[in-house]
Amino acid sequence: MIVAEIKEIAEIRRMIDRYSSILVVGCDSCVAECAAGGNRETMLLAAALRLSYRKDNKNPVITESCLDRQCVDDFIERIAHLVPDHEVILSLGCGAGVQALARVYSDKPIIPALDTLFIGETEMRGIWQENCLGCGQCKLGYFGAVCPVTRCSKKLMNGPCGGSKAGRCEVREDIPCGWDMIMRRLDTLGELDRLEEYVPPVDWSTSHSGGPRRIVREDQKP
Amino acid sequence: MKTESRLEKLLSAGQFVVTAECGPPRGADVSALENKGRCLLGYVDAVNVTDNQTAIVRMSSVAACSILKGLGHEPILQMVTRDRNRIALQSDLFGAYALGIRNVLCLTGDHHSFGNQKEAVGVFDLDSIQLVKTVRDMREEGTIIGGADIQAPPKMFIGAAANPFADPPEWRVVRLAKKVQAGADFIQTQCIFNISRFERFMNRARDMGLTEKVSILAGITPLKSAGMARYMSAKVAGMEVPEDIINRISALPKEEQADEGIKIAVETIERVREIEGVAGIHIMAIEWEEKVPEILGAAGIAKRPQI
Repeated sequence: MIVAEIKEIAEIRRMIDRYSSILVVGCDSCVAECAAGGNRETMLLAAALRLSYRKDNKNPVITESCLDRQCVDDFIERIAHLVPDHEVILSLGCGAGVQALARVYSDKPIIPALDTLFIGETEMRGIWQENCLGCGQCKLGYFGAVCPVTRCSKKLMNGPCGGSKAGRCEVREDIPCGWDMIMRRLDTLGELDRLEEYVPPVDWSTSHSGGPRRIVREDQKP
Repeated sequence: MKTESRLEKLLSAGQFVVTAECGPPRGADVSALENKGRCLLGYVDAVNVTDNQTAIVRMSSVAACSILKGLGHEPILQMVTRDRNRIALQSDLFGAYALGIRNVLCLTGDHHSFGNQKEAVGVFDLDSIQLVKTVRDMREEGTIIGGADIQAPPKMFIGAAANPFADPPEWRVVRLAKKVQAGADFIQTQCIFNISRFERFMNRARDMGLTEKVSILAGITPLKSAGMARYMSAKVAGMEVPEDIINRISALPKEEQADEGIKIAVETIERVREIEGVAGIHIMAIEWEEKVPEILGAAGIAKRPQI
């Protein structure tokens, strides 16, 4: 899923203070799972904004709504009746949600309330971990299902660097060394021999380095 | 000979070689670099020119290599993959060779979060082993990555680093073997303070037949003070300074600590020289290049072979 965090109210306000009616729109998918932009967080943000404006003796119209998914047109259209009555949409979707709203409601300013961070998993309640960079050529099968591109701070493909100490990354103590994880896992699987082979330079053309990516599938079109 | 490198000539003649690090200045000050270079002239067989080490912005290593070569040094160009993608790295290899540089040390580099440009993009398009293979393919196949031919390909003598003190220990020799297989001709190790751990690393390298295929230069760093010892132990990536070394320096008054650091460096040189498969030493006297002649003199290796 996509993992995001809510911005500070002050930063959100700098972007929306110029408007007098605000439609706050959440997304009840990924960003609900990471407790950043789901139904609950949408209500909380709307309440926090009302409070914040009241302190400044301002009283903009604030309406909240939450979509099941903010990145799919069928869902986005469900707020169509609310949009004309508001000057701006404040989105609690990920970056994709914000831009999908902007495509559908092309004459409305759309302001992000979240910082979108990464593709990751919920390790446990309250802990989310990045583990995929979407490079477009999944090699997890060679690395014991631990991604060197994501979990190694230097994207190393041929083993741990000289900064790996007691299973920790040189960048920060709280980052586990991705290569230590790969090796433990392959050791458990009895597949450490996979690491003796030279891995050639990665073809980054399928990653964002090749430009924004797009999939067109005729068999899926209506 | 695979190359015109003087370092290669010395190593293949079986000479015990001495290299030393010479860090470029944090600016365009040529005389500062030349002064550092002059301290080392005649005492070392080659100088390593660091590439924005610890991710601090410094004069480019290609430019500094060229300046030091002008003084009469044999430069070893350090190249990290942190800051440049494969286009820039390969282009700089062409340029360095055109300027007469014949040795390259291929590194990934310290993460940029250590340096003074923490907001930078970390490039890491290649890793150090892929860079070794790239330089090797230029020399042996006359090609760049992807297989296109090069007109007048650079023929570099290829170095790589090894850190016997990083974890997991069992992996360190496997990684060394990968570097050798990718094309490394010589290896310069991380600073050695834990000699027995280095010995174990060398034993395994010998058992795997690696010392036959690659020249290993043992890394030596003189400690200036107890503070530096503690700092290196705690803060420098991939460094191990054992407690007994820290205690040995800390036990002395401040004004005697630098001399003790030099004494430890000299003892380390004497001990690593005895280890089978050690082909030379690499001195990293951080902002202390002027002490290198004294250290080499005390270790009895100040006189360099002529070729």
